[in-house]
Amino acid sequence: MIDLSINFGGIKAPNPFWLASAPPTNSGYQIMKAFEAGWGGAVWKTLGVPVVNVSSRYGSVNYSNTRMMGFNNIELITDRPLADNLREIEEVKKYFPDHAVIASLMVESRAEWEQIIKDVENAGADGIELNFGCPHGMCERGMGSAVGQEPEVLKTIVGWVKAAANIPVITKLSPNISHITDPGLAAVQGGTDSISLINTIKSIVGIDLDSYAPYPIVDGKGTNGGYCGPAVKPIAMHMLKDLAQHPDIGKVPLSGIGGIETWRDVVEFILLGATSVQVCTAVMHYGFGIVREMEAGLRQFMEEKNYTTIYDFAGKALPNVTEWKHLNLKHKVIAEINEDKCIGCDLCYIACDDGAHQAIALSDDPVNRIPSIIEANCVGCNLCSLVCPVEDCITMVKKDDGTKHLTWNERTLNDDIPVTFDDDRAGGKGHFVPKPSDALKHKR
Amino acid sequence: MNDTEAYYEASRCLFCYDAPCVQACPTSIDIPLFIKQIHTDNITGASKTIFDSNWLGNACGVVCPTGVLCEGACVYNHQDVPPIQIGRLQNYATNKTIDVDKVIFKVGKSNGKKIAIIGAGPAGLACACEARTLGYDVDIYEAKDKPSGLTVYGIAPYKITNEEVLKEVNYLQSQLGFNIKYNKAINSKEELSTLENNYDAVFIGVGLGATRQLGLEGEEKEGVIGAVEFIEELRMKHHQVKVPAKVVVIGGGNTAMDAASEAARMGARKTVLAYRNSKEKMGAYHFEYELAISSGVDSLFNVTPLAIVGNTKVEGVKFAKTELVDGKLQTNMNNTFIVRCDMVIKATGQAKQGHLYRLIDGLELDSKTRIKINDEFQTSNPKYFAGGDAVNGGAEVVNAAYDGKMAAQGIHNWLQNK
Repeated sequence: MIDLSINFGGIKAPNPFWLASAPPTNSGYQIMKAFEAGWGGAVWKTLGVPVVNVSSRYGSVNYSNTRMMGFNNIELITDRPLADNLREIEEVKKYFPDHAVIASLMVESRAEWEQIIKDVENAGADGIELNFGCPHGMCERGMGSAVGQEPEVLKTIVGWVKAAANIPVITKLSPNISHITDPGLAAVQGGTDSISLINTIKSIVGIDLDSYAPYPIVDGKGTNGGYCGPAVKPIAMHMLKDLAQHPDIGKVPLSGIGGIETWRDVVEFILLGATSVQVCTAVMHYGFGIVREMEAGLRQFMEEKNYTTIYDFAGKALPNVTEWKHLNLKHKVIAEINEDKCIGCDLCYIACDDGAHQAIALSDDPVNRIPSIIEANCVGCNLCSLVCPVEDCITMVKKDDGTKHLTWNERTLNDDIPVTFDDDRAGGKGHFVPKPSDALKHKR
Repeated sequence: MNDTEAYYEASRCLFCYDAPCVQACPTSIDIPLFIKQIHTDNITGASKTIFDSNWLGNACGVVCPTGVLCEGACVYNHQDVPPIQIGRLQNYATNKTIDVDKVIFKVGKSNGKKIAIIGAGPAGLACACEARTLGYDVDIYEAKDKPSGLTVYGIAPYKITNEEVLKEVNYLQSQLGFNIKYNKAINSKEELSTLENNYDAVFIGVGLGATRQLGLEGEEKEGVIGAVEFIEELRMKHHQVKVPAKVVVIGGGNTAMDAASEAARMGARKTVLAYRNSKEKMGAYHFEYELAISSGVDSLFNVTPLAIVGNTKVEGVKFAKTELVDGKLQTNMNNTFIVRCDMVIKATGQAKQGHLYRLIDGLELDSKTRIKINDEFQTSNPKYFAGGDAVNGGAEVVNAAYDGKMAAQGIHNWLQNK
């Protein structure tokens, strides 16, 4: 019997699908609608100091036929009165006592933090999330990512909050730093119960070619926004991994955020150590209903892999994410083209010839355009299999027998590394490269 | 096609290396490039790419048999995925440019030389456009009162409207400034001499002539019409043309399919397509035949007409069955029958314009009365160049467009080296 319920650093929820603090959690109406749709928790749009918002707030990166592959916003924290939000938190908790309602907070002084913590606790919030991430607007006033970028300040504020709060505290980190472990460690040292990441990334999503202003345009001008959506998922997953593998930070629960839209994304984040996931852009694109696909897919995955709870597989990919120096230099794969599936677009040929290692040959027959792999030149880079538009047409086939294992690290320890370019042990030495003048010969 | 559909359709293009669609296009339009340009909202650029290769890029997007050319070559076909709708995208981009009258062509710096073109069909128009970009003054002599030749007069109306065709010609003419002299047929030695004296080169783009006579008994009866003439009447008079209850169309080519489809669509209760050989031997594209059948056309194969029966008006066609004997098609005179009808449309090919060719000194023709040309589209009389149906015996608009463009370059090469 699959049990999706979680206890995330003291915050209980019927499932790990939470809404991130953002426009979809702006009101009790939206959050109740989301809980009805199947979401297990919601982080309320950040409460804090009074703000004023601008008109024109979101920008998008469309790629090919995909809208909003990347998305940015310059919207500030909630501009609704605090009293309204508190009243609605109370109401939502009445209807949904078992769902997680977390208050995202952003204020400045210690007194303000203590007051607002008291307010949300009185309203019945199950937890607090500290917004140390917003990279637009609020950071100019010394809040949001301005805190997330200063580990010492962050630690101090987490300390204030922990001293005042009776409910669990999540610290939400900004990705706009060099090493995510710096603020991560500061949060843990400050006493946080858990960490969520990533907040949005500073970005310019595009420039209007007539007005020369960045999107979203506010009366001819724009500012950097916070970038999110499917495009940021790889960055988020890497930062999640960094925290999860850290001996001290990895001890606290981690909530994964960044481009999550499908069950596959959810499973990947969990495999990298997240035990709750937060979603915003996908909901802004498709509505709360997408949680159906996430839940059905997660359940199917767990059923097939025989898992009962998400804790059974949380972090299971972490041992396999290592440093380059520990990768097996004896591993060898080579591309293989399935001639029955190949449609002759020859994208693999040109990608390899122009963009990689000149290891694919065109067909001599102009009608049958099926190219072939020049095995001696193939370094197993995957590029051809990545550009191929046909499912499972180009596969990477293992060529070594799996018995040998040697890493750069081991070679270094054995004093077996190339020291000059003439060294026979140097990697590229002897590898085939066409003559420069061959470029001028037309292939077809 | 609207902007949204074009955007999504364009996004499907794989941008194949050395793309098969380009190889399949008689004018070698850089199709992946123009599709990418549509996708990135560079519609003007897309139109330039198209017109750079094919001066009749707009019409060709509609009238080209794309299913057997570019779209037939699309690699998606190999995975049972619908091919990119190249023709519609091509028409979409060029329409957008034409509709706002966007200036994208540049007349070449005048070189003081003049070219005469006989026939304002696709070949002649393409030759004129190309010649203008190379700096020549161009006069086109057209026998009829509209440009575009068979694109206006000879293609079934359901495929393209006169307005669409003329829109493109106006667009080209307004930017490139070639002259078209309408109702100026060239058919005497005298007229040819005048052209020879007044121009540096002459391009022959006269296409084909009237429907060939079959030599059948009763062929002169009222109600017997050539397919080309039938379609021309349709194109010029539209709905005012009436077809009777029963129509027989003789022939197995694309023009026969067009005529049969149109007759059926116009309300003939019975339209019979009669072809002398088997279904597999028909010259028509399969999709054209399918379209005729889906319009309600019946077909008779392996039948040859012997006579048109009736008093003054057509009352039927007498056919004999044909059969293959030792690989040769033979008529079985013991097996004849009459198909009753009120109209006979002969789609059995057009006659060549031999009467004109014979007036030109030293103009060599092949055994099928087609003008012989070299790689530069030059005829055996060096001053004359030729292209289109007059040379290939009858092909697509796109082939004529290619010929005309190449002939202009041939003329340019010849005059420069002269």
